[in-house]
Amino acid sequence: MLHIFCPHCGELRGEEEFAPAGQAHIPRPLDPAACTDEEWGDYLFFRDNPRGLHHELWLHAAGCRKYFNATRHTISYEILETYKIGEKPDVTAEAQASEKKPLAQGATA
Amino acid sequence: MSAVNVYEQRPSHLDGQSPLHHAGLAELVGKGSASAGIRLRERKLLGHLVLRGDARDPSFAGGVHKACGVELPVALTLAAAGETSLQWLAPDEWLLIVPQGEEFAAEQRLRDTLGSELHYAVVNVSGGQTLLELSGENVRELLMKSTSYDVHPSQFPVGKAVGTHFAKTQLVIRHTGEDTWQLVVRRSFADYIWAWLQDAAAEYGLAVDA
Repeated sequence: MLHIFCPHCGELRGEEEFAPAGQAHIPRPLDPAACTDEEWGDYLFFRDNPRGLHHELWLHAAGCRKYFNATRHTISYEILETYKIGEKPDVTAEAQASEKKPLAQGATA
Repeated sequence: MSAVNVYEQRPSHLDGQSPLHHAGLAELVGKGSASAGIRLRERKLLGHLVLRGDARDPSFAGGVHKACGVELPVALTLAAAGETSLQWLAPDEWLLIVPQGEEFAAEQRLRDTLGSELHYAVVNVSGGQTLLELSGENVRELLMKSTSYDVHPSQFPVGKAVGTHFAKTQLVIRHTGEDTWQLVVRRSFADYIWAWLQDAAAEYGLAVDA
């Protein structure tokens, strides 16, 4: 079982308490009426499917019932960090490319 | 005073029925074994209020402290003063439990203290859930059978309260005394949890207290 660190509760919890909610950091277009069909379609329906690091939205459904973000490796399923909505991830593909960083708090073994 | 329409949801001249009314717990009092490892008591018909607001705002935190007599607890903890308890549910959400019949006054006091300018919410959810109190030397073993959350005292000290999975459903576990634990159970799950507790407690002996 995965242990996932909830940044709101401040502790590791079992994965059964959580629900994944798709890709994170998708901004809604500021003026939807001005979008082309393609832009609006991209916003609504099209998601990344990377092989490697993926920033995702998760819900602590059985605990505090709040959403937070997690950086997950899609090959190993390792969750490298979790952070609150509105914060920026520390573990990114760019950061990993430049240096081999130690795992941030919230990483699972 | 805010413009919200606040009214007494269960006037005192009406008898309420707890979610476990049908179980007839009152008739089971004294029928369990005297040496039961688990004693169950339904703290029925208490006033449950869900409070939401911004804990970082001193006027909200201070107002709640003034109105309830309890400071806003930090994450995963429970603060109590007498029969009143305030529990952290989420970063902007708390559960206030007051004695039976005091929920209307408690809500009015909160609204009077917090005023109409502040952004907050108080919702009376007394009819939606109930509180079960388990005590006895085997309670922790019963909890270990029912939830995957670690209930060892080193991880779950007195004063901690968590929402988690329990017996394939969800509820809130509160550790209120060394051998005393409380479960906040949703109304629609109360019968199922009662059935589960009877089964899980069978090997230790179950006694119902009034």
